[in-house]
Amino acid sequence: MPPNPCASCKTNRALILRPKDHSKLCKGCFIDVFEAEIHHTITANKLFYRGEKIAIGASGGKDSTVLASVLKTLNERYDYGVELILLSIDEGIKGYRDDSLETVKRNAQQYNMPLTILGYDELYGWTMDQVVEQVGKKGNCTYCGVFRRQALDRGAARLGVKHVVTGHNADDVAETVLMNLLRADLPRLSRTTSIVTSTPSASLDPNSHTNIKRSKPLKYAYEKEIVLYAHHKNLDYFSTECIYSPEAFRGSARALIKNLERIRPSAILDVVRSGEDMAKLVPGSDEGCGGACGNAVPAGEEEEGGCGSANGRTAGGDMANMEQHLAQNEAAAENGLEVEITSRHINDTHDSSVPLPAGKKGKKNKGPSSTQRKTTKQVMGQCKRCGYLSSQDICKACVLLEGLNKNRPKNKIEVGYEDGQETEKELNSVTNGLNKLHVEGG
Amino acid sequence: MSKTNDDGTIPITVEFSGGLEMLFSNERKLSLAIPAKDETGNGSNIAYLVRHLCDKVMKDPRKELFVLDGTVRPGILVLINEADWELEGEDKYEIQEGDNILFVSTLHGG
Repeated sequence: MPPNPCASCKTNRALILRPKDHSKLCKGCFIDVFEAEIHHTITANKLFYRGEKIAIGASGGKDSTVLASVLKTLNERYDYGVELILLSIDEGIKGYRDDSLETVKRNAQQYNMPLTILGYDELYGWTMDQVVEQVGKKGNCTYCGVFRRQALDRGAARLGVKHVVTGHNADDVAETVLMNLLRADLPRLSRTTSIVTSTPSASLDPNSHTNIKRSKPLKYAYEKEIVLYAHHKNLDYFSTECIYSPEAFRGSARALIKNLERIRPSAILDVVRSGEDMAKLVPGSDEGCGGACGNAVPAGEEEEGGCGSANGRTAGGDMANMEQHLAQNEAAAENGLEVEITSRHINDTHDSSVPLPAGKKGKKNKGPSSTQRKTTKQVMGQCKRCGYLSSQDICKACVLLEGLNKNRPKNKIEVGYEDGQETEKELNSVTNGLNKLHVEGG
Repeated sequence: MSKTNDDGTIPITVEFSGGLEMLFSNERKLSLAIPAKDETGNGSNIAYLVRHLCDKVMKDPRKELFVLDGTVRPGILVLINEADWELEGEDKYEIQEGDNILFVSTLHGG
């Protein structure tokens, strides 16, 4: 027997120490148990149904690559009867996304899955490189996050797919739980801990991009195990960092999580579970019971993600910030800054059932001065410009685009900024990108 | 006891992945000969290797992306001959001839 035998097969040498329970496993047993646990997550939460077409938000990074590999394996092994496709978003960041998209293209061949790549330029008329050129590095993650979330939904709708799975892992969720705790944002904590979120239907058209379900099959999988799985299965993934500003706040939460993991590995799943338990206690939120009631699926519109380090694992991290921002001050939205969440917010959580006399509550209507998160969520409608689900007349992406487009003429004399034709179009209509969206959305 | 070369070094392979290679001039695999004994005359262990990599191999000034508080930064996995270093005594593992030490970052996105 080897010095460190596998706890499961007792035969092979243990290579993996599992963070969740300290069990020592050999390579084969680890791969088996990792896959079995994802299968359990999928079946216990009834994530898929037979015949469903599912788009995997694929970035070429470790999480989405492992997700694609595991889902393919499980679909064949357990005969889920689902159709899997890859959907990648090209933010238009030279030297960052180019290489990872090459990885996704290889993955498409390796896993024999059709791949669709959708670019920000195609959807919005702006690449992230151009956005950064205009707004600077500070706050650009907001644009990226807002655009990306819609982009995945739009891509899915275009492909006739109503379910997008992302590679968010336990570490990501734990980070998000911590971040929301640190921002005193329990309503969002409640939404983001949910394994399934959906964009509530704002359109009667069943093929609308406002009817897309999101889920995170890797929600209970440690990042460490995802990396080890990729390593031991020799998966082809790409590692890089977004060349634009990292999110300092998330970075700190991440460092904290990783430090805790070193001391007590189970801390990560414990934070996730604590998040779920707290979610059940959040009063007045849409999902009231925090998703425990089964049929209550939290709205996905404000789903928490990270910054643009992986389109498979991030959804629109700054989106909820934006939501508030726009509500408070449209002008501030253009700067896309982190929002200070104040006591106003706490009032919000009681808002739908307990009328509070305090002046801080703001108005009940959904005018631009409204600060009512809950109220706005309950009056979800469609953006008047692009038709995307929005609690405001104009959705976040359109507001951001309007700001960008208004300022674009300032740059028109810069040689090589845009080709002449495009610049002219922009000058003629500041809503150029939005018109495109409208056409595509229709 | 590890077999040492005539010059008192032992040959090993060091690999970087998950984005860490960026800190090492994009080299994913290095064949190194490291001193068989550390500064105090004990057999070289992983802690010594990490110091050696920082001082002698790594040209990137951002050492803190690899080492934090005197040990491998949390979030970086260390595999000793494919096994999690936690199963092998972590940074106290005494390096043997021909060992393969892999550093994988989990911190990078895609």
